[in-house]
Amino acid sequence: MADVTLNGTPTTPRARSAWQRLKVNRNWLGLWFMLPAMAFLVLFLAYPLGLGVWISFTDARIGRGGAFVGLENYEWLWDDSVFWLSVFNTLLYTTVASAIKFAVGLYLALLLNENLPFKAILRAVVLIPFIVPTVLSAIAFWWLFDSQFSILSWSLRKLGLISTNIDFLGDVWNARWSVIFANIWRGVPFVAVTLLAGLQTVSPSLYEAATIDGANRWQIFRYITYPLLTPIIAVVMTFSVLFTFTDFQLIWVLTRGGPVNATQLMATLSYQRAILGGHLGEGAAISTAMIPFLLAAILISWFGLQRRKWQHGENND
Amino acid sequence: MASVAIRDVRKAFGATPVIHGVDVGIGDGEFVVLVGPSGCGKSTLLRMIAGLENITSGEIRIGDRIVNDLPPKERDVAMVFQNYALYPHMTVAANMAFSMKLRGAARSDIDTRVKRAADILGLGPYLDRYPRQLSGGQRQRVAMGRAIVRDPQVFLFDEPLSNLDAKLRVQMRSEIKELHQRLKTTTVYVTHDQIEAMTMADKIVVMHDGRVEQIGAPLELYDKPRNLFVAGFIGSPAMNFLPGKLRRNGALTFEGANGIRLPLDAVPLGSDGRAAVYGVRPEHFTLADDGAEAEIQLVEPTGAEIQVLAKLGGADIIAVFRERHLFKPGDKIRLRPDPKLAHLFDAGTGERLNI
Repeated sequence: MADVTLNGTPTTPRARSAWQRLKVNRNWLGLWFMLPAMAFLVLFLAYPLGLGVWISFTDARIGRGGAFVGLENYEWLWDDSVFWLSVFNTLLYTTVASAIKFAVGLYLALLLNENLPFKAILRAVVLIPFIVPTVLSAIAFWWLFDSQFSILSWSLRKLGLISTNIDFLGDVWNARWSVIFANIWRGVPFVAVTLLAGLQTVSPSLYEAATIDGANRWQIFRYITYPLLTPIIAVVMTFSVLFTFTDFQLIWVLTRGGPVNATQLMATLSYQRAILGGHLGEGAAISTAMIPFLLAAILISWFGLQRRKWQHGENND
Repeated sequence: MASVAIRDVRKAFGATPVIHGVDVGIGDGEFVVLVGPSGCGKSTLLRMIAGLENITSGEIRIGDRIVNDLPPKERDVAMVFQNYALYPHMTVAANMAFSMKLRGAARSDIDTRVKRAADILGLGPYLDRYPRQLSGGQRQRVAMGRAIVRDPQVFLFDEPLSNLDAKLRVQMRSEIKELHQRLKTTTVYVTHDQIEAMTMADKIVVMHDGRVEQIGAPLELYDKPRNLFVAGFIGSPAMNFLPGKLRRNGALTFEGANGIRLPLDAVPLGSDGRAAVYGVRPEHFTLADDGAEAEIQLVEPTGAEIQVLAKLGGADIIAVFRERHLFKPGDKIRLRPDPKLAHLFDAGTGERLNI
């Protein structure tokens, strides 16, 4: 009916060609508009993901398509201690780094939200680690952690705190803490700046009202700032966890997963087995094994993110 | 409840002084309205009483205590903000209970007080709602409820009605006044709306550019404004001002532009020829054969009265009549101000000349 009025001339539905219908029908139009985005998503996200999962069920190698082998790759991984070590490493890396990134990021955000001198410059400085390409900062960390030329070892030696250089990347736990530290350094700005943006949406009059109500600074944070910040915390921490869990560049430049797989993450192990080792099927299986962890992280934040009751309701502003 | 005394309070933001020595005395249980145009320092003064801004010099007392250096929570004041500042993540009940919860009051005590405040304000059905689910007027009430629950020495209101629509504003105006009559808590109320000030206040403090222009009861300010600023600020439509000279040869009169003559009652100050401003409120004109000639520009009937915009001695004036005169633009009428109700101000200083 709408079409009739649009065209101005009363035409019977049969008189219009199918092509015309496709051009003017609202539902079809919606589909046309959606198509480019959909094509993009299917081509660059859904297809590779599906292909990866499929390859994980085959014995594909580089240079030869594989045959379907069922769960053989996974059975193989189940008995592979290196795989389990990489799972442990990834979980440790993600948990410790994300927790510290959250704590430091929140602290920095609160600090930057105060009236500091040179506020604008400070805020820009905080962003630097985020702007520098990962590989560049990883190379810088490589030098900082170098077993012979590390400035950290040198400074501590000059201060008389240690007598020999620290082997940052050669010792199992040293290497783990070192890559975690580098990841934190890189990830804090994202958390800090996003939380700062969240803090700035909190009306200053709420703080004033709470001050008059008798709240001290801690109580203001505990009862006003933090609850109002939870939605944005959920978003930023989901992203932070996803980025950390799938991290590759930093590890690859710093340790390549060494020493003896102590910093081998699932992402680096997958790359090593699939591309360097040529066992595409096995590498794909490792990648696919990451999916449940990522889904779990997303689901947790999905339920945490669901609009809280106080955000519901009609907006009468 | 307590009295509030403000003595020679000054405030500067950096090198810019914004309050230049203000003295206000507020009696126990009094409803005082601070009124003035934007930027006159009224909100700053209120925030200084609350302790949200510190004062540069002077003294603020609440009751017997000098509160200059006390943090807000120790001043025992409650404040209602212009945007209400309700905590969006707390229910109405939690919003009202927050201050008592911070003080570690007993659960039962909190419940009783919240319920009492909710009853006073008719908020009973909304206690479990979140601020987002309330209308503007209801939010305003919750903000007041939060103040009532605390049972403070002083209520502070910072333009609390400016976010409401006109009808609701009038309604909340009388509600706040009734609330004050009931609770008798000392109240300081800031507004830029002189009608709010006139209708609500026991005492009005008119502020302008960080100074107090006049303090007095609403009608006192209306009848005897101390200077041109107060005269022009209080009253709507505003008082008409006609510049001219005092004439003492023979009968005392006022000579305006274009030689118009306006009647004056006894003015002790000022010799013949003194430059002055003649002030007359729109409702104090009458039609009289011996009046000054004015040409009507615009007629605005409001039903209850007729507002007339006219040219009198070259100046635009407004006259208001309760009678339904059938005026047309271009008509010539003769207007006579009531000499007993006319105001005379010095042309230079703006100070009032007649008593």
